[in-house]
Amino acid sequence: MQQTTDIITVEHLSHSFGDKAVLQDINLSIKKGEFVTILGPSGCGKTTLMRLIGGFLKAKEGKITIARQEMTQVPPHLRPVNTVFQRYALFPHLNVFENIAFGLKLKKLPKEVIQKKVKKVLKIVTMMDYEKRDVDSLSGGQQQRVAIARAIVNEPEVLLLDEPLAALDLKMRKDMQMEIKAMHKKLGISFLYVTHDQEEALTLSDRIVVMSDGKIQQIGSPTEIYNEPANSFVADFIGESNILNGVMLEDELVECAGLQFECVDKGFESNEQVDVVIRPEDIYIFDMSDAAQFSGVVTSSIFKGVHYEMMVTTHEGYEFMIQDYHCFDVGKTVGLKVKPFDIHVMKKERLCNTFDGTIVDKSHVKFLDNVFECPESANFTANTEVKVSVAFDEVTLFDSEDEGELKGVIRLILYKGNHYHLTVVVEGTDHIFVDTNDIWDDGDRIGISIAPKCIHVEPA
Amino acid sequence: MIKRILSSSYLGLLLVLLYAPILIIIIFSFTEAKVLGNWTGFSLKLYASIFQGGIHHSLSSALWNTLIIGLIAAFAATILGTMAAIGIHNLQPRSAQAIKMVNTIPILNPDIITAISLFLLFVSLGISQGYTTVILAHITFCTPYVVLSVLPRLRRMNTNLYEAALDLGATPFLAVRKVLIPELKPGMISGFILAFTLSIDDFVVTLFNIGNEGLETLSTYIYADARRGGLTPELRPLSAIIFMTVLILLLVINRRATKKKL
Repeated sequence: MQQTTDIITVEHLSHSFGDKAVLQDINLSIKKGEFVTILGPSGCGKTTLMRLIGGFLKAKEGKITIARQEMTQVPPHLRPVNTVFQRYALFPHLNVFENIAFGLKLKKLPKEVIQKKVKKVLKIVTMMDYEKRDVDSLSGGQQQRVAIARAIVNEPEVLLLDEPLAALDLKMRKDMQMEIKAMHKKLGISFLYVTHDQEEALTLSDRIVVMSDGKIQQIGSPTEIYNEPANSFVADFIGESNILNGVMLEDELVECAGLQFECVDKGFESNEQVDVVIRPEDIYIFDMSDAAQFSGVVTSSIFKGVHYEMMVTTHEGYEFMIQDYHCFDVGKTVGLKVKPFDIHVMKKERLCNTFDGTIVDKSHVKFLDNVFECPESANFTANTEVKVSVAFDEVTLFDSEDEGELKGVIRLILYKGNHYHLTVVVEGTDHIFVDTNDIWDDGDRIGISIAPKCIHVEPA
Repeated sequence: MIKRILSSSYLGLLLVLLYAPILIIIIFSFTEAKVLGNWTGFSLKLYASIFQGGIHHSLSSALWNTLIIGLIAAFAATILGTMAAIGIHNLQPRSAQAIKMVNTIPILNPDIITAISLFLLFVSLGISQGYTTVILAHITFCTPYVVLSVLPRLRRMNTNLYEAALDLGATPFLAVRKVLIPELKPGMISGFILAFTLSIDDFVVTLFNIGNEGLETLSTYIYADARRGGLTPELRPLSAIIFMTVLILLLVINRRATKKKL
């Protein structure tokens, strides 16, 4: 019965280029008339997902249903969707009218009907007097409008938009956002919008699908995504945030940054390790007084237009980003306070690195396609499958790729107040998570080593 | 100042030496003398005799053969070359690089090698020499040039154009016809003109594959004529006309090339 309002459903969709998995088990449904945004950093698989829905790629695994019909292997020209491409992809040899009429002419509609329909969409995108213009003579924003008109004139069930505003400057982008939103309301069809711009996603969408590493991290309304991020990736990617390691002491009491905070989250086990998110605008900053929950010293202060963005190091040694309308000078000791409602506690996805491995001999274990030395144990027999675990802070990174046992690329850096939590992609597929105090850059190529005594082996 | 005069007069001298043979042919096309080098006063009689059928029957048929072979070869090479270019463009970068290199080998290969190898190929396949072999041979050496003139056009094209056409409901065939071909047309036309001039210009490959059934193209005719002792006087105006035609075609190609860059 839910099926009747879902215009697109994607079930267990996976895709890979060569042996590199780009999408893993994607499940998603889009309702009729809904504005859904797929949001994620570049390389997260969002464009691949859209190209699969558009039919430009053939799905390797899973099922795509559009308008209640199975369309997984249907070629693009037979799907009831139309696409607005990233770089517009207007046909340069045709003028504005001919571009928009392209789809209608293929359907062999009578001339008068085509004329009428083109006129109508030109009015929707406010480009009435441009019919005879060459597309190359139009500005970026105007080309974008023609591209949208060319897609919606075919009255698709769903309009796919692949980063349609990426090539426009900021001011133009904001204007077009409003226009796209208005168009969505007027047309009443579903929009599936792909972007890496979180602000754009928050502004436009009914629902946001946050993606990273080929997986859906969270699906929710803009306010849910912002206020209740499902994990530290979402919290970090959407807006600014302070993310810290914490321990849930009891219901509504969490310890983090060396302090205890009242909060509103419950249902955790006692002493469960958690991630704590505090948005920089939710920390009150004021001259030191009795009202302070904790205190710190301002280490930097930058004017950002609407507010000042300040970094404050607390006396416990943790760094917080704080946004406030008032400026506090660098070097000043300030009082800080956070209300229980503004503390968001999230379950940790993992507490340490775990790998599937096999025993090689008494003192060696194989995982991540590599043989590692490990503490000797007599009850190991070769070729048994085991679970290997390595703590985040027991992984050593080297500047040079050639040092260490493994090569990797740093993919994601999360600042946890007093240390960095890195996601490192090993040999293109596997992940190692590393806690470190050293500063690395996204995309750095590194060597990885794990000391034998840090490798913990348990039976699978 | 002196340096400038010297350098420009050097360039002038160079150009005069380069074009002197052609200039002489053109100049002596405007006189009636049977022997090249005798000036017997200005006359357009040789030009008139070309167009009034005074021309030898064998010369006019050689001219027609040249044009027909050129048009057919250029047309076929344009189609084959365009298809090949589209294919190369959609390959993985590494294999595309390899195929592009293979494509340039026939261009750099000496004509005589191409001629002999095609001759041997046709003989071993048992294709009797004549129109067919000449046209096949011309298509062979023209196609790489078409590939080279279409590829840059493809590289500049927005990669989403073809997908946009599919998205709007075009079948793959219609998408190629209505979007890809119009986009590639300038490159295809340049390639066609280039192939045509190469074909009418060719002597070595033609000579080897033309057989001895009496088929003559302009180049083989002139060669035979010259060996028989003395050129037919009408060849002078004919050469002048061909030179001018090729010159104009080349100017057209160059104009198109500079226009594309804008």
